[in-house]
Amino acid sequence: MDKKILEIKNLKTYFFTDNGIVKAVDGVDIHVNEGETLGIVGESGSGKSVTSLSIMGLLNDTSGKVVDGKIEFQGRNLVDLKEEDMRKIRGNDIAMIFQEPMTSLNPVLRIGKQISEAIRLHLKYDKARAKEHTIEMLKLVGIPRAENIYSEFPFQLSGGMRQRVMIAMAMACNPKLLIADEPTTALDVTIQAQILDLMKKLKKDVGTAIMFVTHDLGVVAEMCDRVVVMYAGRVVERGDVYQIFENPKHPYTKGLLKSVPVLRQKVERLASIPGNVPSPKNMPKGCKFAPRCKNVFDKCWEEEPPFYNVEENHSSKCWLCE
Amino acid sequence: MSQRTVREVAKPNENEKMEDIRTPFSEFWRKFKKQKTAIVAALFICLFFITAIIGPYIVPYDVAEPDYDHILEGPSSKHWFGTDAYGRDIFSRVIVGARISLAVGLSSVLVGAILGSILGLISGYYGGWIDNVIMRIADVLFAFPGIILAIGIIAILGPGLYNVVFAVAIFSTPMFARIVRGSTLAIKETVYVEAAKSIGTKDKRIMFKHILPGTFSGIIVYFTMRIGTSILTASSLSFLGMGAQPPTPEWGAMLSSGRDYLGVASHITFFPGMAIFVTVLAFNLLGDGLRDALDPKIDN
Repeated sequence: MDKKILEIKNLKTYFFTDNGIVKAVDGVDIHVNEGETLGIVGESGSGKSVTSLSIMGLLNDTSGKVVDGKIEFQGRNLVDLKEEDMRKIRGNDIAMIFQEPMTSLNPVLRIGKQISEAIRLHLKYDKARAKEHTIEMLKLVGIPRAENIYSEFPFQLSGGMRQRVMIAMAMACNPKLLIADEPTTALDVTIQAQILDLMKKLKKDVGTAIMFVTHDLGVVAEMCDRVVVMYAGRVVERGDVYQIFENPKHPYTKGLLKSVPVLRQKVERLASIPGNVPSPKNMPKGCKFAPRCKNVFDKCWEEEPPFYNVEENHSSKCWLCE
Repeated sequence: MSQRTVREVAKPNENEKMEDIRTPFSEFWRKFKKQKTAIVAALFICLFFITAIIGPYIVPYDVAEPDYDHILEGPSSKHWFGTDAYGRDIFSRVIVGARISLAVGLSSVLVGAILGSILGLISGYYGGWIDNVIMRIADVLFAFPGIILAIGIIAILGPGLYNVVFAVAIFSTPMFARIVRGSTLAIKETVYVEAAKSIGTKDKRIMFKHILPGTFSGIIVYFTMRIGTSILTASSLSFLGMGAQPPTPEWGAMLSSGRDYLGVASHITFFPGMAIFVTVLAFNLLGDGLRDALDPKIDN
């Protein structure tokens, strides 16, 4: 069970802009075990998406660059791979689902064409066999009239259906790791539940490990085995989903959990964490969360805390846990 | 009893149901058919195409055979557009000239569009120094007035219709390159291109399968308008003696040979001139109509 399929060590992804260097991801260690679902949580700007793009090697078109660290996937360091070898891994071993199902399908290509593209590329199937496989995938993700949908265009489908198509596309070559970048954020709640169920089912049937990037803690509780909490380009707490939800150690995690509405609770207002993620250009010197932390004390401002183990498999980057 | 039941209200109206099914094509057609001038232009262009195809088989007179008994005659029931200095029937010559004009206009723009689209795609997709080189060359070509550039190319290659096609194609290329580059820059940032990359699609496939079709609406509009301009340029070159050579019944060449008789027989230049004018106008109007119909921001 505990065989690591992906191990990210000290990943640093910086963006080189005209206004200086933006350290979007600054020393992140994450690993994903075979067949598990790892949740990556954090508010906007905490580096979740950049981490997933770094894994996929899709930063080339941006000003971003992995400057340090390793991304080991099945023993190979993806950071050093050539574009050509990386392409063979994308879609085949690691696949990705994006946030916006309305924009992640090409409006001018038929659904079938887009899914069979990966199949023909990686599995080297001929046209007829690829079509068969595509229709099979469409059925697998619960799309009715799969044969008809095959030759339809994306605009003929609803958001939920499109996200299913995206999942079919990502799962077409049986990837070992699926990166889901907020796959349910743009969907309404009932469809969200359906998509989550589908992903759970696929995970169970196919055994794909899932890296689930989200800011929705409810989804995390539902889906994930382990959770990594990110803040300002760093991991601040990691542990089992039960440990994180029942015994959060880092003040940021505590704040996040408090800001989730609870049914039948009589409160006027939801708790929130005051302030914003610090701008990458003027990061505090010590703990990056210090300016917003309720329990801040002198040491926090001076030195960045290391990870402290609080339980087995549960560690937190906070001086309070010293 | 004026109260309608819920069931009646909820029942979908037949017309509404039809409106629901909106394919990109039906959307295009819905907007296009509202534009009367563009429809007329399109009909005229259809007629022009038919003329170009069957014209040479139905003309009443031989276009090259001189008839010295009927020189410089004005329009009559026998010669609808009159005759030229060699007694040739101008109506027949204008009809046959349609084929040449269409062939030159269409093929030169086609070559220019293909070349320009490929260059624009490469330029927009890869960016960096490749983009710089291609776009700076395009800038240089833009700096020349079209006709001067064409004359320069003809001067190097020598006169003739094929060289005219080539010259006009060269000077159509940069504009197509610019249009396609612009759309490429926008489309390559979309999530669906990123998604295509995330399944390991090769660059070439992304460029031609995912990005190029998205640039078509811009290309179609410019393509249509460009045919008109190209016909005009090709005629100008022939008029200057650098394109079709007499006795080829090319419109520009006909204008050229008729200009000495402007005072005594203006019909020799009038009818080919009108043919050029109406054809170019029709292509421009159709292009305008297509643009209004294909632009999602314009909704009337």
